[in-house]
Amino acid sequence: MAYQFAFAPVFDNADLLLKGAGFTLGLTAIGATLGIGLGILGAISRAWKIAPFDRLFAVYVELIRNTPFLVQLFFIFFGLPSLGVQITEWSAAILAMVINLGAYSTEIIRAGIQATPRGQIEAAESLAFSRRQIFRHVVLVPALQRVWPALASQVIIVMLGSAVCSQIATEELTFAANFIQSRNFRAFETYFVTTGMYFLMALMLRQLLMWLGRRFIFRRAAR
Amino acid sequence: MNLTRRHLLHSLAAGCLALAIPSAHADVLANIKQAGVLRVAVPQDFPPFGSVGTDLKPRGYDIDTAALLAKDLGVRLELIPVTSTNRIPYLTTGKADLVISSLGRNPDREKVIDFSIAYAPFFNGVFGPAEAVIKGAPDLAGKTIGVTRGAVEDLELSKIAPPNTTIKRFEDNNSTISAYLSGQVNLVATGNVVAAAVNEMTKLRRLDPKFLIKNSPCSIGVAKGEAALLAKVNAAIGAAKKDGRLNEIANRWLHSPLPKDL
Repeated sequence: MAYQFAFAPVFDNADLLLKGAGFTLGLTAIGATLGIGLGILGAISRAWKIAPFDRLFAVYVELIRNTPFLVQLFFIFFGLPSLGVQITEWSAAILAMVINLGAYSTEIIRAGIQATPRGQIEAAESLAFSRRQIFRHVVLVPALQRVWPALASQVIIVMLGSAVCSQIATEELTFAANFIQSRNFRAFETYFVTTGMYFLMALMLRQLLMWLGRRFIFRRAAR
Repeated sequence: MNLTRRHLLHSLAAGCLALAIPSAHADVLANIKQAGVLRVAVPQDFPPFGSVGTDLKPRGYDIDTAALLAKDLGVRLELIPVTSTNRIPYLTTGKADLVISSLGRNPDREKVIDFSIAYAPFFNGVFGPAEAVIKGAPDLAGKTIGVTRGAVEDLELSKIAPPNTTIKRFEDNNSTISAYLSGQVNLVATGNVVAAAVNEMTKLRRLDPKFLIKNSPCSIGVAKGEAALLAKVNAAIGAAKKDGRLNEIANRWLHSPLPKDL
């Protein structure tokens, strides 16, 4: 079977792909911000054993980390309406991403917090740092600094994972690719281009996250 | 001596050429007969054409048609479950010999694959709750309608729906139906047989017919240029129509005989 490659039918739809990529990045930006926020709260609750939140977060983390993202998404979009909770596909996608990243980043950040040497906290106390100052400058920021590369990887995993949101008609990049492929049947060309786009987006996102880390976390870290 | 050597070379070259020609134009029909297996791409989420029965085996109109063809060819049947989106790629990449997956004929698809004569009746329409007053495409304005991406009803609806209609395109038929049953969309565009099957299975939300989008009887998809296989499939379907075997399948799955004009 001699296959004739034709990329023109894919590039004719470049606007759809770019729009889809934009929505993927938008979903990722909102999902990552809220997800890491949730992760910080979870990590604090678990590291300091703040009842009853530590227990709640422990159950949440286990529940989310041991179930597939796609099932979580289907549960939110198709399942919750049975309980009277009707949400759009975009809200469902964002909610699923936040919940998913929240669980993973809870554990990542908690690891960073628990690696804080006891002596540093004692030193800060002896220097008359307030509890807030200790928490911010000695615990949280250095913790984020320690785990930032792992957190950045997790955000990228969530961005790539957002591809499954196409299943509930969220019109992100994979949706655009599937849509184009369902119209021109150019599976190889369409997914080849889409793969390249995801790859570039992931590389760019990693650079951006590393820059953000240097700019806002590493610079302010107590060294 | 020289002459014989030249002869030998010539006959070798001719032999290579003779070997090369059939492999360049792989004859799928010959491959099927040689392997003794007919690989057919069938739906698994599209009752009554193809679904998974309580015994976890595929069942439906398409599966029975595939079995009929395999029997006619005298080979074993291998079923490959596919979705609306990937059923054509399965054929174009040679992963399946035939696509019997409630596939409707259209000019875009005809550029990529060949079609047999029709083997099953199929009508697409818009369905919704009894109280929704939808008489035609203009009434869809402002409504949210669910459809399976890449299906005939998606392609047609995209053309006829007013611009302010929200068309939500789902990956597979299960998701489209779930979106309707869970109230995520006001209406759905799907096959009348699908709507009938869903109404039979659940009372969650009725699917009442609103208007007809397209009459697109199903054909069997064959890879481009496989004339021998296509002729064989057409002959088998034609014979099954005449001797009533296809009508039996229609009665079993659609609860109505084949239309006269099919």
